[in-house]
Amino acid sequence: MTAELVPIPFTWVLALSAVLFAIGTLGVMLRRNAIAIFLSLEVMLNSANLAFAAFAYRFGAVHVAAAAALDGQIFIFFVIAVAAAEATVGLALFIALYRLRETIDVDRFNILRW
Amino acid sequence: MLDALWLIPALCLAGACANLVLGTLRAPKAIVAVVGVGSVGAATAVAWATLWAYAGQPLAVVVRPYFTWISAGDITVNASLQLDPLSAVMTAFVTVVGLLIHVYSVGYMHGEGNAAFARYFAYLNLFMFAMLLLVLGSNLAVLFIGWEGVGLCSYLLIGYYYRQLWCAQAGMKAFIVNRIGDLGFLLAIFATLAAFGSLEFETVFPAAAADPASFGPEATVIALLLFVGAVGKSAQIPLYVWLPDAMAGPTPVSALIHAATMVTAGVYMVVRANVLFRLSPTAMLTVAVVGGVTAIFAATIGLVQNDIKKVLAYSTVSQLGYMFLATGVGAWVAAIFHVVTHAFFKACLFLGSGSVIHACGGEQDMRRMGGLRIHMPTTYWTFLAATLSIAGIPIFAGFFSKDEILTRTWAAGASDLNGFGDAYRVLWALAVAAALLTAFYMFRALFTTFHGSFRGPEEVAHHLHESPRSMTLPLVLLGVLSVVGGFVGLPGQLLHLEGLNLIERFLKPVVIPLAEVGGHAAEAAHGAHGIGLATEWLLVLVSVGAAAAGVLLARRFYLGAGAFLLPRRLAERLPLLHRMLLNKYWVDELYALLVIRPLRAAAGFCWRVVDELAIDTLLVNGTAFGVELGADLARYTTTGNIRNYALMVLAAAVGIAALLW
Repeated sequence: MTAELVPIPFTWVLALSAVLFAIGTLGVMLRRNAIAIFLSLEVMLNSANLAFAAFAYRFGAVHVAAAAALDGQIFIFFVIAVAAAEATVGLALFIALYRLRETIDVDRFNILRW
Repeated sequence: MLDALWLIPALCLAGACANLVLGTLRAPKAIVAVVGVGSVGAATAVAWATLWAYAGQPLAVVVRPYFTWISAGDITVNASLQLDPLSAVMTAFVTVVGLLIHVYSVGYMHGEGNAAFARYFAYLNLFMFAMLLLVLGSNLAVLFIGWEGVGLCSYLLIGYYYRQLWCAQAGMKAFIVNRIGDLGFLLAIFATLAAFGSLEFETVFPAAAADPASFGPEATVIALLLFVGAVGKSAQIPLYVWLPDAMAGPTPVSALIHAATMVTAGVYMVVRANVLFRLSPTAMLTVAVVGGVTAIFAATIGLVQNDIKKVLAYSTVSQLGYMFLATGVGAWVAAIFHVVTHAFFKACLFLGSGSVIHACGGEQDMRRMGGLRIHMPTTYWTFLAATLSIAGIPIFAGFFSKDEILTRTWAAGASDLNGFGDAYRVLWALAVAAALLTAFYMFRALFTTFHGSFRGPEEVAHHLHESPRSMTLPLVLLGVLSVVGGFVGLPGQLLHLEGLNLIERFLKPVVIPLAEVGGHAAEAAHGAHGIGLATEWLLVLVSVGAAAAGVLLARRFYLGAGAFLLPRRLAERLPLLHRMLLNKYWVDELYALLVIRPLRAAAGFCWRVVDELAIDTLLVNGTAFGVELGADLARYTTTGNIRNYALMVLAAAVGIAALLW
């Protein structure tokens, strides 16, 4: 008999998710390198994924019906798929930008203004 | 033949349309002249054939409805024409005088370009159409269309030389002043519709005549409103100011529109509606006073005018005053009689003045004329005949009609018509004085133009010539008519020969007898003059004496060795009076001060303050400026910095979340 595993409290997971989201958001706001912003964006997406998983686990424990638990987990796959598609488009854009200006500092791309 | 009634105006309209097309094609003047004169000639032929057929019938009223024009609820207005003694007389002289003036115009306007020549005849034909529609219409609505039509043609022809600003302005003045009168006419039409439910003459007037007691107040309102229209169209005080200015048009136009036909439309309309006027003593008195005062007022202005056409213009206003005086004393036939004789002699006078102006190379100032009778004998003799006629010298046409009016005015005073006997006696005295002045100023014009020696420049003196045949022929015919035209209205009662007065007999059915109210006739002394034969002869003597005095005075003033000395001294002795007459009593200046200046100020306020400031600046440009300003400020949020956008998205998301909380 193995020692009884104590599950990580639900609120901890949500807190981690929130922290990750905040880190991602700040990264998007403050970084100038386009790739870094992109990475921060991925962090934000994955913080959402973590929240999905946490809720799925939680509802799976409460409700016997598995459908409610599966909903959250399926959403994670959607997000991963969308993030992958976004990555291709985003990286293609960065390459195009680099060819234009030999930099991907977003502050240098501000000519579309008043 | 009566079925061809519609052809009479329609032929003129066809001529007008054809000439408009010919004008755009710049067709030769010969073709335009044939079309213009030919269409009116054909209309005249049809008119006289119709009248011949009509005169053979017992004098009935022939109404020909052609189609329903307006149908709204209970109201139906037909486009219909009517032939009765009154419209027959009007049609007869309008077509003849119109045709003669068309012939005259061919000679007078030959100096114009092809397009302008065609434009002239198109307008003149259109005028004939409108005028014939006016006299032949069987209801007030059709009459009104003709009324507006002649007004339009009057405007177009006064402003014929539109390149000169003052001509165009004279046209506008005529149109605007007439519009004031037309408003009254229009209100009268509505009032008639309200009171009688119909506009047909043959419905309204018999209904009113059959029941004088119940239509009294309505009749007063309608009659006075109709008279407002007549005052505008027929140039009476206070709306006469447009007619002297209307002389800016070509002289044949002055003859046809502003002397012979259009301006008498008001008289025709009042006579047409005589039942309504007879029901209202107030309206009768108003008409008589306005007519009588206008007659003397315009005559005094005519005394000192130097422009030959202006003299004739004021004379026209004065003679129209006589006609209204006649209607105001119930002398309906005399009014129409004077309309007819006036058409003859005044058309002759205007065409004669046109002939003179033509010979003098466009000069209109009588001070630079003189002695023309040697150079233009035909013009002189016809002018003389017409002058004798307007002055009221016996045998000539004007004598009979004017004497009839004076007699009937005296009779109205003597019989105390409607209890206003004193007023009518004063009007009679004014009318006799006006007759004297008429004789004076007309012979003044005759003497200064045709007698003495030529006072114009040398080069003009060499070119003095009689006018071409196309101009002298109408002059001769109108001159003859000015002499013999009065014989249709011989005062037979003076010689105990009843029935000698053809026009009186012919027009009698027009004056429908009123039903009696409470045992006494609703009107005084209608038909019979109500004065003795001796008095009538005395009145003839008075009017002839007044005319003779005027002629002799003019002879003393403007003929012989001391010519022009006496009037000059008189003007020096009475400078204020002379200045007042010369400046036409400052009526134009008075109108400028009382009407035009306030109107201009109001218009200026609407323009500068309401339109430019309130609407343009504040509302239209203000809105645009506000939007622009807002957009100008808002565009600074578009920084182009991606991280700023991200911050905004975050802020918005937080904001929405906070809102949803």
